Amino acid sequence: MAPPQRSSSPSQPSGKGEVSDVKAQAPASGGSRAPGADDSKRELFKKFLKKMCYLYVGNYAKVNPDLALLTINFLQRDCKDADPMIRGLALRSLCSLRVTNLVEYLVGPLGAGLKDSSSYVRMVAAMGVLKLYHISASTCVDADFPAMLSICCLTIQIHRWLQIVLSALQEIWSLEGSASEEVSREREILLSKSVIYYLLNRIREFSEWAQCLVLELVAKYVPSDSNEIFDVMNLLEDRLQHANGAVVLATIKVFLQLTLSMTDVHQQVYERIKAPLLTLVSSGSPEQSYAVLSHLHLLVMRAPFIFSSDYKHFYCQYNEPSYVKKLKLEMLTAVANESNTYEIVTELCEYAANVDIPIARESIRAVGKIALQQYDVNAIVDRLLQFLEMEKDYVTAEALVLVKDLLRKYPQWSQDCIAVVGNISSNNVQEPKAKAALIWMLGEYSQDMHDAPYILEGLVENWDDEHSAEVRLHLLTAVMKCFFKRPPETQKSLGAALAAGLADFHQDVHDRALFYYRLLQYNISVAERVVNPPKQAVSVFADTQSSEIKDRIFDEFNSLSVVYQKPSYMFTHKEHRGPFEFSDEIGHVSIGTESVDTVVPANGVEANDKDLLLSTSEKEETRVPSSNSSAYSAPSYDLSSVSVPTSQLLELTISNPTVPGHAPQSSFAIDDLLGLGLPAAPAPAPSPPLLKLNPKAVLDPTTFQQKWRQLPIALSQDYSVNPQGVVALTTPQSLLRHMQGLSIHCIASGGKSPNFKFFFFAQKAEESSTFLVECIVNTSSAKAQIKIKADDQSATEAFSSVFQSALSKFGMP
Amino acid sequence: MISQFFVLSQRGDNIVFRDYRGEVPKGSAEIFFRKVKFWKEDGQEEAPPVFNVDGVNYFHVKVVGLLFVATTRANVSPSIVLELLQRIARVIKDYVGVLNEDSIRKNFVLVYELLDEAIDFGFVQTTSTELLKSYIFNEPIVIDAARLSSLGSTGLFMQGTKRMPGTAVTKSVVANEPGGRKREEIFVDIIEKISVTFSSSGYILTSEIDGTIQMKSYLTGNPEIRLALNEDLSIGRGGTSAYDYRSSFGSGAVILDDCNFHESVRLDNFEVDKTLTLVPPDGEFPVMNYRMTQEFKPPFRINALIEEAGMLKAEVILKLYAEFPSNITANTISVQMPLPKYTMRASFELEPGAIGQTTDFKEANKRLEWGLKKIVGGSELTLRARLTFSQEFHGNITKESGPVSMTFTIPMYNSSKLQVKYLQIAKKSGTYNPYRWVRYVTLANSYVARI
Repeated sequence: MAPPQRSSSPSQPSGKGEVSDVKAQAPASGGSRAPGADDSKRELFKKFLKKMCYLYVGNYAKVNPDLALLTINFLQRDCKDADPMIRGLALRSLCSLRVTNLVEYLVGPLGAGLKDSSSYVRMVAAMGVLKLYHISASTCVDADFPAMLSICCLTIQIHRWLQIVLSALQEIWSLEGSASEEVSREREILLSKSVIYYLLNRIREFSEWAQCLVLELVAKYVPSDSNEIFDVMNLLEDRLQHANGAVVLATIKVFLQLTLSMTDVHQQVYERIKAPLLTLVSSGSPEQSYAVLSHLHLLVMRAPFIFSSDYKHFYCQYNEPSYVKKLKLEMLTAVANESNTYEIVTELCEYAANVDIPIARESIRAVGKIALQQYDVNAIVDRLLQFLEMEKDYVTAEALVLVKDLLRKYPQWSQDCIAVVGNISSNNVQEPKAKAALIWMLGEYSQDMHDAPYILEGLVENWDDEHSAEVRLHLLTAVMKCFFKRPPETQKSLGAALAAGLADFHQDVHDRALFYYRLLQYNISVAERVVNPPKQAVSVFADTQSSEIKDRIFDEFNSLSVVYQKPSYMFTHKEHRGPFEFSDEIGHVSIGTESVDTVVPANGVEANDKDLLLSTSEKEETRVPSSNSSAYSAPSYDLSSVSVPTSQLLELTISNPTVPGHAPQSSFAIDDLLGLGLPAAPAPAPSPPLLKLNPKAVLDPTTFQQKWRQLPIALSQDYSVNPQGVVALTTPQSLLRHMQGLSIHCIASGGKSPNFKFFFFAQKAEESSTFLVECIVNTSSAKAQIKIKADDQSATEAFSSVFQSALSKFGMP
Repeated sequence: MISQFFVLSQRGDNIVFRDYRGEVPKGSAEIFFRKVKFWKEDGQEEAPPVFNVDGVNYFHVKVVGLLFVATTRANVSPSIVLELLQRIARVIKDYVGVLNEDSIRKNFVLVYELLDEAIDFGFVQTTSTELLKSYIFNEPIVIDAARLSSLGSTGLFMQGTKRMPGTAVTKSVVANEPGGRKREEIFVDIIEKISVTFSSSGYILTSEIDGTIQMKSYLTGNPEIRLALNEDLSIGRGGTSAYDYRSSFGSGAVILDDCNFHESVRLDNFEVDKTLTLVPPDGEFPVMNYRMTQEFKPPFRINALIEEAGMLKAEVILKLYAEFPSNITANTISVQMPLPKYTMRASFELEPGAIGQTTDFKEANKRLEWGLKKIVGGSELTLRARLTFSQEFHGNITKESGPVSMTFTIPMYNSSKLQVKYLQIAKKSGTYNPYRWVRYVTLANSYVARI
């Protein structure tokens, strides 16, 4: 029999050929498990048919809600069947219909199901409560189901299905949010000592999946003293020997979290978990090992010295996929210290000759990184220089880049390196990065390299063939440097380079050439000081990831954050942040306060800025010209990421028309709280005229852009964003909605965490005078930079306080 | 918590698709497959098992060429999901006997039934083959195992998965034997994957054994089982570094670095007499995983030599020494060696009288391949290859080629000397005497000789 074609969706058997398939698979025709017993055979067949019918109903209910109504009766009747299997099945199907107007029929059977004598039915009911919550949260809460669930969790013997009840509860709670006091109280009960102990003492009776959940819960528990911590750890010690990696990782998370404040115990934990982790990495499927390896990677990065004697475990195997090799190379780099560097570098050099080119490159980079970490670079430099002689173009290219970095850190090695670099023909180097590195060295060390001016001259002659702007920029600078060191030999090529640079179509190259030209014209000795200043060796190269982010990832141990090496707010939406986010808010707060002075990486925002404005004008052009400006309800016609349905916006604006009125007062209070140091005078400053904003203001992007260009900056200020605001900013849309509610509209927004950029506008209620705002928020430093431009400059102060108070209220419940 | 579960064939066909929560758009299977297929433009890198596209997290495991995939938007524990996928594959295999595209298609009703009971609304309910039995009413259509033989059993466990299915065990846990009587039997497989790296001078740089004791039980009534291991077995190496050979070498004792156990295993007597006590659940499961870096004798030594022989020529000499007892035979051996990239042709010369050997030069990736059907312990084999280059080589020819890598299977042999001394079944009556199979097999994981 040919496999049936399932064109649309295989979960919905629809073709005729499949009927016979199903028939063939029905138990009655395949022979029964208890041959001879007709009754049981019939019973079995009946159950099978029921199952198939339920599956069908479940699939089509959503499409045909009216027809689904017809099945309710049957399902409800089956919920009272004598057979627990049937009861469970019926209840599950009933809850899976996902049809809103059938909710009323659910409450009764669910209530009965939670108290059923069969644990299977209770389990189905627990999941049903969650399903009901998703269809209609209010019905679910009104019927008091969550509370019943938590009782269920603790009283009834449900060990086999504990994970279901727990996960249902956790999801409901996280969706309910921390707003409701009742919910937080319920949470506290589950995290109380007695409950945690109750669960811990029975952990061996639970299924492995339930164990994962319980452990996740325990990781949130805060023991009262160190004795308690040791009790918990002793109790869980044998979980580290579980064959299921998920259980082991969850246990490790508990250990790490519990001992965070006890430095030496924390270190012992690392020692203890090393062996189980390594075993998990080498057993199981490659996919599972990858998940564990990512976690091991995180730990190695945090405490490389603990793993420095295990470096051989991080050697790559030839048949491993490259995602595994990359992790291992990073670990090897991290654990390298004085005692093992030689062996690690020897091993890495083997990979450099590997057929797997990306990995060969990574290995060379790893060697370079190790060289930059170590004080004794003697041996490594030799190896790197050997790479240069290997005559594989990618090896040479990577090695050149490394030698350049190395020289910036250890200028004392220049003699050795230069001798080898000088032998490399620039024709053999094609990759822009490598070529740029070579040219940099030619310029920097032109006094030591005999033919540097002539190589540069050759490169300048081929200016037009050089496609990479980076290389041309470096070439300009190198020729300049060379000129000051060996003027007679370089003068000609400097002239040629400047001429070529001035004629270059690339803006940066052109500008640099012009700059050099004028500098030389102005004063040669100044030019020399600019181009060839005495250099200090670079001691530390900038780390790519901030320590905050690393800590954040560590807090999210045993989650995807570790695999992606990003904290969860960078790849998930708030509502999907995971079922158990108790300490989330606290985490944000601490980050917000500790890191106020982090430098904002400005260029990211700059780039976004450009994009934003560009895309505005492009959209403008493609728009149908007939619609006049009054037809816009501004943000609905918004840019890329921001798309809030108009109807929703209007609703929000109307519901909140009076807010701007009380702005000045509240802003004072909040300023004091944040200690921003307002003018000391306690008497309120001459109160700015009460500003009313038009809740339905409109402005089209072109006008916005024009105005933004024309108007001067009326006010530029820095604010602090409150921690709640930072948290809420994980979904930038929420800020837009919030501001919208206060009659401040957004016209464009963009950026990636931690830098967001927004353009707002607002209009006075009575007249058409508008305010334009550029607001840059950095969530990691919790700061907002605001620039206001206004038609009516005199009202700027008033508007500023309105805006500030609006911003400070963002994220507040 | 997962949102969808699906199984794709190698060509990307949807074999099974189940949406549990309706949070992820329907086209996810296509998005996933395209992403996996074209992870990097140059096709050189494989997609990692977990990745994120537009806020949807995709998890996948490869089992016998099929892709088992889960999607979710939540930030879940990756190991839970990957473990779950692996477990679902195993449950399906337990039920249908043989896991492949055909068997899943033939049993799709059963598979959906299993999926509905194993996962509800994205949460795991149970993945225990045994627990599921009471909720599953379908009977499997067993695929004729004989039809598989063309694939070869090795084809099943060499590709992609490190976990080897018990070679002969292709029986469903619920189906009956044709005779109507269920055969009482239990399989215990000791599977060891060995990794060895030899330096260019033949010295062992690193070596490791990753072993699994795998069990598959068809015993009715779930009797208790006692599994006794070597009495001189010890676990952990105290304060010494894992790679400190001197401490253990020569003592003859089996010293494992570390191990873990299935949750059904009780270790009450382990410290005393090295026995594991367990009530084996139905279906296939690993009783114990272990890892060993204690020095052991590698089953093969490889000697590779590449020499220049004139301007545009070179000669490769590969020698294999089988250093295991002559009553043992290794099979499906394959030796590979990357050659300099300007190699144009290669001509091979085998020893006179060599049978069951193949040689090949793969033009596309410039690789020499030497396949051997079997090697008897104690023997020595040689391959000579003459290479012709398209251009003159510069520099060091050995740097341009190698390392030599090797895969093999050696049945009834294990390098660690870990043994199952006896397998005791708590018996119900004197006549109860089920079949017990204890099998050993050694596989190459990463077996490399540098030149």
